[in-house]
Amino acid sequence: MTLALGTLGVRAETVHVAVAANFAVVVEELAPLFTAATGHEVTYSFGATGQLYTQALQGAPYEVLLAADDERPSRAVADGIGIEGSIFTYAVGALALYSASLDPSDGAAVLAGGGFDTLAIADPATAPYGRAAIETLTALGLLDAVTPKVVTGQSITQTLQFVETGNAELGFVALSQVLGKEGVWLVPEALYQPIRQDAVLLVNGKDKPAAAAFMSFLRSAEAVQVIEAAGYTVP
Amino acid sequence: MDLQDILTPAGLTLALATINTLVLLVAGTPVAWWLARSGSRWRDAVGALVAMPLVLPPTVLGFYLLIALGPHGPGGWIAGLWGGRTLTFSFAGLVIGSFFYSLPFMVQPLRNGFAGIGREPLEAAASLGASPWQRFWRVALPLARPGYITGAVMTFAHTIGEFGVVLMIGGNIPGQTKVIAVALFDHVERLEWAQAHVIALGMVVFAFVVIAVTLRVARRVDVPLP
Repeated sequence: MTLALGTLGVRAETVHVAVAANFAVVVEELAPLFTAATGHEVTYSFGATGQLYTQALQGAPYEVLLAADDERPSRAVADGIGIEGSIFTYAVGALALYSASLDPSDGAAVLAGGGFDTLAIADPATAPYGRAAIETLTALGLLDAVTPKVVTGQSITQTLQFVETGNAELGFVALSQVLGKEGVWLVPEALYQPIRQDAVLLVNGKDKPAAAAFMSFLRSAEAVQVIEAAGYTVP
Repeated sequence: MDLQDILTPAGLTLALATINTLVLLVAGTPVAWWLARSGSRWRDAVGALVAMPLVLPPTVLGFYLLIALGPHGPGGWIAGLWGGRTLTFSFAGLVIGSFFYSLPFMVQPLRNGFAGIGREPLEAAASLGASPWQRFWRVALPLARPGYITGAVMTFAHTIGEFGVVLMIGGNIPGQTKVIAVALFDHVERLEWAQAHVIALGMVVFAFVVIAVTLRVARRVDVPLP
């Protein structure tokens, strides 16, 4: 190992990355590839984008933020915790309506029919996929009708968990979470603002080789292939 | 700042704590009585079971409740009695969760209260011809009063502060499951410091008052302190 790192000419470091919950599975898959490619290690903290942002603002030791929106990374720069010029879109997410018990293949009709008790969404104030869910319901003209049935997950992963355990019949989740499952309706892109997920280097990661390596690895052909296979598009 | 954002969760939390305290006063009494007086070899096992929520993280209870109250668990069956699917995401679900979460806070003081009575007063009452019910209502209950006060106050206060279990089974519905601690958490996550400060300070004052009153009452009625 020492020899291998010697030939790469770097000292192994660990980069601490805050990751929006929808992207959790993808970064877990990327971790060994990142280590193989660069010799560095990576640790992740998962949460809703808003939660992670609050923590970063209060001095959490994150070096990179992979947000689920394009708003928090620019705000990070404005608030002085993000490095200017480091922002790029690492993935564009897609919203899906998912059910473990109903057949949502015509999602709009299922939502309009009202034959369900609970619809789970992620907290629209902190989770971009929750915001996209609200936009979708608004575009369908169903927001008022459906609101009494809405339960809110703290993050997109808790939202999925509400549906998987059967406690909610329907849920708006990220396509990447339910790729290959039955009972998925891909929400038409016209119904919500694109979910551009931006990455930003945080001040903690400034001048850290491992953080810089992670930022560039995320744009490598190898990483992009994994991200696209997980149900995202990469611009 | 919308005052309703704070008053609705506060009212809901008070309702939850009141109901939970009343339910546990009734349900905790026979359990505590049995634990205090039984010679059964199961006593320590039951005592440990009741005390477990003191040690377990709320996430353990939250996880089991999410399954048990869901459509495939007993909670789903119960909800089916009135046409529902699940007890999660409902006030009733929170009452059930709070019951288990606060169980030791009621049972432990009651058990101490009953144990403190000793055998003599009850035996004396029996020798004077008091029936078991009369012995319980007229002798044991008044003598165990300090235990009841401590149990009720601790259960009430503990339910007010409930967070983890509710976060996992509540679904954050305003007026139904969004209790005050969860409302505070949401405000912090959204960087709404002003609202967060109001709630947090309110809870600090509340906790201080509860503890101060408990200590004062305890001195008056000679309660072993919690």
